[in-house]
Amino acid sequence: MSKIQATFERLQAQGQKALIPFITAGDPNPALTVPLMHALVESGADLIELGVPFSDPMADGPTVQRASERALKKGVNLRRVLEMVANFRADNNETPVVLMGYANPIEAMDVHVFGAAAFDAGVDGVLVVDYPPEESAEFAKVMRANALDPIFLLAPTSTEERVAMVGELASGYVYYISLKGVTGSSALDVEAAARRIPEIHAAVGVPVGVGFGIRDAWTAGMVARVADAVIVGSRIIEEIEESPADQVCARVKELVSGFSRAIRDRDADSGS
Amino acid sequence: MTATSYDLPDARGHFGPYGGIFVAETLIPALTELRDAYATARRDPRFVAEFEYELKYYVGRPSPVYHAERLSDELGGAQIYLKREDLNHTGAHKINNCIGQAMLARRMGKKRVIAETGAGQHGVAAATVAARYGMECVVYMGSEDVKRQAANVYRMKLLGAAVVPVESGSRTLKDAMNEAMRDWVTHVSDTFYIIGTVAGPHPYPMLVRDFQAVIGRECLSQMPELCGRQPDAVIACVGGGSNAMGIFHPYLAHGHVRLIGVEAAGEGLATGRHAASLTVGRPGVLHGNRSYLLQDAHGQIVEAHSVSAGLDYPGVGPEHAWLKDAGRAEYVTITDAEALETFHVLCRTEGILPALESAHAVAHAMKIAPSMPKDKILLVNLSGRGDKDMHTVAEKSGIQF
Repeated sequence: MSKIQATFERLQAQGQKALIPFITAGDPNPALTVPLMHALVESGADLIELGVPFSDPMADGPTVQRASERALKKGVNLRRVLEMVANFRADNNETPVVLMGYANPIEAMDVHVFGAAAFDAGVDGVLVVDYPPEESAEFAKVMRANALDPIFLLAPTSTEERVAMVGELASGYVYYISLKGVTGSSALDVEAAARRIPEIHAAVGVPVGVGFGIRDAWTAGMVARVADAVIVGSRIIEEIEESPADQVCARVKELVSGFSRAIRDRDADSGS
Repeated sequence: MTATSYDLPDARGHFGPYGGIFVAETLIPALTELRDAYATARRDPRFVAEFEYELKYYVGRPSPVYHAERLSDELGGAQIYLKREDLNHTGAHKINNCIGQAMLARRMGKKRVIAETGAGQHGVAAATVAARYGMECVVYMGSEDVKRQAANVYRMKLLGAAVVPVESGSRTLKDAMNEAMRDWVTHVSDTFYIIGTVAGPHPYPMLVRDFQAVIGRECLSQMPELCGRQPDAVIACVGGGSNAMGIFHPYLAHGHVRLIGVEAAGEGLATGRHAASLTVGRPGVLHGNRSYLLQDAHGQIVEAHSVSAGLDYPGVGPEHAWLKDAGRAEYVTITDAEALETFHVLCRTEGILPALESAHAVAHAMKIAPSMPKDKILLVNLSGRGDKDMHTVAEKSGIQF
């Protein structure tokens, strides 16, 4: 059983939902990434999505773009991201880590080389934003051969046929994009997500995480009622952006703890 | 004449290992809608007839093929013919594609069009057709380019378009394209994205090629009229590659006609400051398709450099990548210095100011013509006029207006 699957099963047994924070590796500087990952775990993260910086992050809004640019300026690349995960694993062998990024850095390394290196570093899953399922059969095979869960995106506009295609390939969980647009956009429609998630859940057979547009603890709590996992990215990156370097970990911890409480409390309220 | 069957891309937009659809799930429905709309439109005789009408009466097609006799005589070898896309309305081939896509947008009920632009030529063409069809138009342009191309920015504004400076990344064409994609994914219900070249996710490389293929089709009938046969080689510059695909595509079936794409070597391939994706790049994924890219060892896209802003793109259309690997087309390079020299030569010898992009193609023709017999024929796509480049040329010559 993969570490991701085990995490979701444990939470489900406890009647809990997963909190998945996203940060970009190397932002605000490479030395802070591993401490930040530990801070996320201490504040209640059940799984960490670690962004691999890319020069042309087409699907991301301005906040994640800026994080990517800051990391690239500090010389971060895919190899160094894998080193960061390995360093994190020296002190944490429980929390699953999912790399999220774009196809080209992985293809430049070679998908097979990447798969083996990611496994060695202790990565658990990989989400390639610009690999839709029809271009991913080979990629998903290579990931699974290296005990990595291939994670896929689904959107409100995804047809039944596409949900089924993702169901064929996905393991770990699927990432449901709750709105039209890029990361960090505003206004998430919880009602609309709630209507769609049961059907997606049934079709893909893995947990459904919801992200894009979750900007406050209240929304996170609402989403936790309908989804298996709550994914928070841009809001955390904004906090990183606004904090002096010596306060980044403390302020992120405070912010993420708030999300975490809202998710656990909502679960308790709804009696699930 | 050897005719080869050629029906690429496949249903998912692949040209061999290149092309395809590499976008986030959020963009898939927009691309599916576009693919379906285009599949119906291209078979609709009314759509085809209206496109032809617009090309004839609005653009001024067919553009002539001109025998550059004085230039050919001076070189003393092969005869050079120029396909005069510079005589089109708005001054370049870009308008052909913009009309086709604007007609599609109207057919799909989209009232707002967006476009990316580098130097501003595609932005001007998009703004022009938006004015012509009464559509709202937003053009994304890297803030560096906005500064460098003030005249074109003003021209777009005169045409009623909003020009949005893009501050992310390298603040140039590739970043403008990223930003246009972000706008599109956010406003997909009322917005049509007019991509300016044969790149982007499927169906763009195919539909831009189809709209530009009028260039090559005209040549196919013009060349026999003018000189009794098809040319020995067709030469065109390649940035993203739309003018080259437009003139190459109808010639693909004519196996004896050499197809030569000319990339920008900028300050020289060895300097690293160039835009020669096919010549020295490696395959990768950018802007929704797989093709040759300028990238570093870690797969980060690097900036392209060329004196000609229209060639200044770190990728290239996937069909060119396929034609290169298949050996059907050859790709060569011309430096900034060679292109600038050619600009002056063509001005003085033929009274034609070529766009610096097109000057790359002419420069290669001038390079190979002298060693060829006089009865050989080179057809060069003169994709645009050079008025827009006068300030660049003046600056490079140390002249101030």
